[in-house]
Amino acid sequence: MKIFLCCLALFIYGYCQAQDCNYTFTGRLIDFHDGSEIAAAAIKIIESNSYVTSDIDGNFKIPNLCEGQLKLRISHIACEDKVVSYDINSNRSETIYMEHHTEELNEVSVTTVVSTMETKTAQETLLKSETLEDYSALSLGDALREVPGVSSINTGNTIVKPMINGMYGSRLLIMNNGVRLQDQEWGVEHAPNIDINAAGQVSVIKGSAALAYGGDAIGGVISVNPVRVILKDSMYGKTILSGQTNGRGFSTSTMLNKTWTEGWFASGQASFKKYGDFEAPDYVLTNTGQEATGFSFRGGKKRFESGFEVYYSYLNNEIGILRSAHVGNASDLVNSINSGEPFFIENFSYDINSPKQDVTHHLFKALYYKRFKSFGKLNLQYDYQINRRLEFDVRRGGRSDRAALDLELQTHTLQANVKLDANSKFRHRFGVLGRYQNNFPNPKTGVRRLIPDYDRYEIGTFFTSEYRINEDVLIDAGIRYDFVNIDAQKFYRTNRWEERGYDQDFSSIVIEDSGTQLLTNPIFNFHSFSASAGLRYEFNDNSYLLGNYSLSTRAPNPAELFSDGLHHSAARYELGDLRLEQEVSNRVSATFSFNNDYFSLNTEVFYNYIDDFMYLEPAGVEEGIRGAFPVWEYKKIDANFYGFDLSANYRISDKWALQNNSSLIKAWDLTTDRAVIDIPAFNTVNQISYRNKVWNNFSASLRSEWVFEQNEFPNNNFETFVATQDKMVVVDISSPPPAYHLMHFRSDMDFRFTEKTNLNIALSINNIFDTNYRNYLNQLRYFADDLGRNVMLQLQLNY
Amino acid sequence: MKNLKIFFLTLLSTTIILSCDDDDDTPAPINEEETITTLILTLEERNNPTAQPIEFSFQDLGAGTVTIADGFTLTANANYRATVQVLDETDPNDVEDITEEVEEEDDEHQFFYLLPNSNITVLYNDSDDDGNPIGIETTFDVGAAESGTMTVTLLHEPDKDAAGVSDGDPTNAGGETDISVNFNYDVQ
Repeated sequence: MKIFLCCLALFIYGYCQAQDCNYTFTGRLIDFHDGSEIAAAAIKIIESNSYVTSDIDGNFKIPNLCEGQLKLRISHIACEDKVVSYDINSNRSETIYMEHHTEELNEVSVTTVVSTMETKTAQETLLKSETLEDYSALSLGDALREVPGVSSINTGNTIVKPMINGMYGSRLLIMNNGVRLQDQEWGVEHAPNIDINAAGQVSVIKGSAALAYGGDAIGGVISVNPVRVILKDSMYGKTILSGQTNGRGFSTSTMLNKTWTEGWFASGQASFKKYGDFEAPDYVLTNTGQEATGFSFRGGKKRFESGFEVYYSYLNNEIGILRSAHVGNASDLVNSINSGEPFFIENFSYDINSPKQDVTHHLFKALYYKRFKSFGKLNLQYDYQINRRLEFDVRRGGRSDRAALDLELQTHTLQANVKLDANSKFRHRFGVLGRYQNNFPNPKTGVRRLIPDYDRYEIGTFFTSEYRINEDVLIDAGIRYDFVNIDAQKFYRTNRWEERGYDQDFSSIVIEDSGTQLLTNPIFNFHSFSASAGLRYEFNDNSYLLGNYSLSTRAPNPAELFSDGLHHSAARYELGDLRLEQEVSNRVSATFSFNNDYFSLNTEVFYNYIDDFMYLEPAGVEEGIRGAFPVWEYKKIDANFYGFDLSANYRISDKWALQNNSSLIKAWDLTTDRAVIDIPAFNTVNQISYRNKVWNNFSASLRSEWVFEQNEFPNNNFETFVATQDKMVVVDISSPPPAYHLMHFRSDMDFRFTEKTNLNIALSINNIFDTNYRNYLNQLRYFADDLGRNVMLQLQLNY
Repeated sequence: MKNLKIFFLTLLSTTIILSCDDDDDTPAPINEEETITTLILTLEERNNPTAQPIEFSFQDLGAGTVTIADGFTLTANANYRATVQVLDETDPNDVEDITEEVEEEDDEHQFFYLLPNSNITVLYNDSDDDGNPIGIETTFDVGAAESGTMTVTLLHEPDKDAAGVSDGDPTNAGGETDISVNFNYDVQ
């Protein structure tokens, strides 16, 4: 049609040589979303450099046009400029659709600093790239601790699992660029596979209000997103290089982005980290080195009406685990606890020996979106992930080089989301998701499988709505349904099968009996419902109140159902339970936020009641040929979690500022009436900072981190026979370590070379006084002190 | 709207395809390679070749299935040649002798025999390439009549140079425990 019109135009042009300048163009401007007329838009006629304006009905008229091409640039507040061109050979009338939604515009904004919240009424905190850059040499879990109420549960200092309001692992949902990370977080020693250097911003959403992502985020959602795409011809990038004394290692990361006005974009990023043994104040933490390699690529086209993106990311992490943390039985454990320092202390080395982990994660994603007039936006996404987890143990007979655990998890997800925003008061979203997952434990390990072979199918659908009642009040609500099917094939040793009583309850799932082992085919179906409702009330420009209720349901994960093995660094036997059912959480929360030029305050309170909370707790001691082992079983209890998180900033002057972050959480097991294990103690971080823009944007800050002793903990101590002492000895695995106070310093400066190139140099000192301490939430606290002083120099070149 | 329809059709067909992708291969069973189920300590009286050897044994087939043979009587003031054997009897038709693996890595292993407050002295009869004891073969020098409990321990990667370790005291040895079993005994 277009070609035909062009030909026609050319033909007419050739035929009528004489210039007629009496044609009129009448236009009508309509909002793309809701079909309303756009008044008071400026329409520039590019050829004549003159302007007309649209009237109240969105109409405009351009008279006295000559034959030829008419090119218009239409501008309106909160709209993206639109350039259109028409061939004029007669009077012409056209309807022009404008993209008139400020919020939507953020997605295609020409500024890079725009950052949008993912929820309206949930407790959400955003970490921007400036903050993330400070943690370039560390991990995502370390950076997230900037958010009050977010802590981490660690195995050493390189395996850092984020913890939101006391919950971690399967209770947190981690999104990487819109893809739910499927990376085998079966235990405390399995950290999420995310390269912090690939992140442009991170959103932390406490609780399960973000239903679009999943209904089982009882603890919360962590959404990691790459840098935004800007719609102009531009090329920019950054390179970060840092070196540090503790671990005697370095980290480097580089990123390059290219964007075009037409919406095309491409970006690439790569990072590499290498550390040797880390050091506590008094000794080397033998075999705690790390080597990590990551890269990612992203490209596509982003226009208002439609666009697509492809994304690939790779991450490999090889992490040494403190040699002394590999113990044989309860008697070894008590010797380690009581000796006060690790048994294996060797000279510093970059070698990573057993025990160690070697984890590789590939993520591929393809996304397409399209907007429909007076309707909304449709998103289609497919993603594929492969996670390969190898763990090496100290083994006999030269087997230490052979993985003791070799799991490969593959996940395919297909999803469609629709956002309806035609009505400016209502905003609806709904979506469907299908997911298929396969786990393959390689039998070549020569060690019985921790997680069995399984196929997992998942179908989810959600609907969320938000309604703006007036300028000050917004409410939102949503529901979600998920169906999960797990079809596993697992071997049980016959005596374990009988000891668990499974021969009574599950005899029908046995498919092969080899005498000593049974092959079983457990199949589970879980139907889960989740819901959320919230309110946002703006008192004035400076303060608002949020209230939210969310119901979430989480199906047991394969570790909770099937675990059956020895956990070396805890010297315990861990057993899953086929009888587990879903846990259901009811969480209410409220946030008050106040913000003016000098003072800002954010207070969050929450109460979370969890029915059938799946929980690993001691269930006796098993005596075997290795000696005694406590047996820990997954059980279900009723629990409640409540607490508050506080963040306050006070600007004393334009140079000096004070900051405080504090959080308190209580968690109680209502079934056995005792505290829940591994809950962070009250902690408070206070910081004083100085910034002087005139001195090359110099800044310096002194930070005090004070972690109290946790005095609410379950007593899981037990006695074991220690032959060298010829008596029963109490194994104190419960008592939390004492409170500690650490001081940290950081200073940085900017050096500008050209308009677009600048260098930021930062010097930081962590644990200035080389304080000895142990952290209750570090699983290696039984064996060694935490890290001593670390001096780090970081150079960041932006271009 | 048409796109939506296409999408749902795609989703549906993918789900069906994936559901039909059920491979019927069953996973291969794993017979744990490093399992030690059994320890047998055999004592032969040196100066009395006609005496029946005494056998202490401990068998653990997992999940708390333990069989212990102990309570044997040693002769006062006798001298015994003791040998220890460790086995994997998970599959009764294919018993593996793990003692061979220990011998191959003798510098990384050591057996300890703890008899607190006893008149029995245990002496190592074997050594690795560094001249440190292994403890597969030992001498039990029995004294006066008594009764008590003996702990037999096999440590992996002990520090054999630490104080007392080569004399049979594991207090400073570190490493990790592969075996730790207790036997009751009598000396008459």
